[in-house]
Amino acid sequence: MIEVKGLTKRYGERTAIDNLTFHASKGEVVGFLGPNGAGKTTTMRILTGYMPASEGEGKVAGFDLMTQSFEVRKRVGYLPESVPLYPEMTVMQYLDFMSELRQIPSRQDRVDEVMEMVRIADRADSYIGNLSKGLRQRVGLAQALLHKPDVLIMDEPMDGLDPQQQLEVKRLIREIGKEHTVMLSTHILSHAEELADRVIIIKGGKIVAEDRPERLSAQRAGGGRVHLQVAGDGAGLVEHLGALPGLSQVRAVSDGTFEIDTLPGADVRGAIATSVVTGGWQLLELRRDAASLEQIFIELTGAAPASVSESAAADEPAETPAVEEGDEHA
Amino acid sequence: MRNIWTIFKREFSYYFVSPVSYAVLFMFLIVLGLIFIYDLLGAANSGQAPVVEQWILGPFVTLALFLTAFITMRLVAEENRTGTMELMMTAPVREWELIVGKWVAALGFYLVIIGATLIYALIANAYTVPGIDLNTLFSAYLGLICLVGALLAIGVFTSTLFSNQIAAAFSQLAILLGLWLVGLPFQSQTGAVADIVRYLDISAHYYDNFAQGAIALTDVAYYVSLIVFFLFAASRVIESRRWR
Repeated sequence: MIEVKGLTKRYGERTAIDNLTFHASKGEVVGFLGPNGAGKTTTMRILTGYMPASEGEGKVAGFDLMTQSFEVRKRVGYLPESVPLYPEMTVMQYLDFMSELRQIPSRQDRVDEVMEMVRIADRADSYIGNLSKGLRQRVGLAQALLHKPDVLIMDEPMDGLDPQQQLEVKRLIREIGKEHTVMLSTHILSHAEELADRVIIIKGGKIVAEDRPERLSAQRAGGGRVHLQVAGDGAGLVEHLGALPGLSQVRAVSDGTFEIDTLPGADVRGAIATSVVTGGWQLLELRRDAASLEQIFIELTGAAPASVSESAAADEPAETPAVEEGDEHA
Repeated sequence: MRNIWTIFKREFSYYFVSPVSYAVLFMFLIVLGLIFIYDLLGAANSGQAPVVEQWILGPFVTLALFLTAFITMRLVAEENRTGTMELMMTAPVREWELIVGKWVAALGFYLVIIGATLIYALIANAYTVPGIDLNTLFSAYLGLICLVGALLAIGVFTSTLFSNQIAAAFSQLAILLGLWLVGLPFQSQTGAVADIVRYLDISAHYYDNFAQGAIALTDVAYYVSLIVFFLFAASRVIESRRWR
């Protein structure tokens, strides 16, 4: 469905994306992961036919990106990062307008269907300008789905949504991903991990890793991290646990809370639990660091993953700050 | 063609929810109404026949010089600013379809204003025996539509250059004034250069011929070429993101 080879885009002297080669098959959800300014938006704009690559070739939905851009555009649904919409139109008017442009047969039925799909039907007559960010996101998504695109491309679809809305959008993406090829970009790891069948990590315009999320985790060079909480201040626990095999470091974060870096290999949580309890401490919490992809991300891109609140990537990718903090805690 | 119609419908209906276009409409009707009443009273006192082409359409042209920008400045600049252009250009729409659709919508709105001025012609005709010269009136209106079409095409073109509406409006005005005044230094000169420069004068074609009741192919061709040129240029500007 998506097949690109050696895709390169230069803005004057600066290379935004450099020799990207990847593919996405039918019914696959591909996560495009990278820090802000890594070239995600540029790549997506090329895939949607908005602008051409400086070099390289690509096919989307069976049509060539360079020579058959018009055919590509007919078959691609696109949700741009900022979800641009016309505030002076109602949801219904807007979707009707877009479906007319896309020359969809029996427009009204399809608009109703899509509004039902993204659960916006009750706001059909609201002006888009009055909608919340989450609702606007849904309108943008509805617009991208109108023509039943073979390929759906979403740039930061979860950006700026509250957790409830994120759940909704995730549910939608999973549903859509069953039939359509979906490519979504994000700088938030857990989203990619949850949604994508395959993750492509990109840094400075280059692909630095590509695999299934769980395999990426498995390949990781370093060990994991375990969070531990005991009742009281946990005095003496650091020394006590230090004797356990398979741990690289134990740190007290605050009274009774500890961070334990583990060596690659066996799961040491059982050993830790036993050791804590037999040592006479009361175990309150023991969990493995959920963001296991986070470490890989930091290792591969040399950048700390952005927080949800951080503003989205600029239109044109900028140089990624090379902050080497991957092994800070090791 | 279908896309032009779709774009036209959206843009045209926008004019009727936009306060700016009502302000423009109001300006035209209030100024032309006052001028008309004043001229009508003057004509009644002096016993002269009303000359609608001079009373109404003359001031209309002057107003249009300043007020076409308010109608066109938004058209593309706003889409550039909000990013809706990205959606438009990833939909199966061709650049020229988008541009022509928007221009036709702006022209459509101006036709509404121009149509409203027909009331003055009707009044003048009713109070005059044996009525006003309808041939000249027709010619003047045709010229006015051509002229306004050209002004709007220039406005659409400058709107594609910016994502700031004010910048778009002022650069349209700059081009308009250039074309308005270009013939001035050559008014009384003769020779090929003077003829060519005078031909470029955007208002002369209207004032000297259409408003006098003379419809000449060269005048129509002048306005049509301006329209085609600027709409073509506008499409190329939008397309140029593909070359960068």
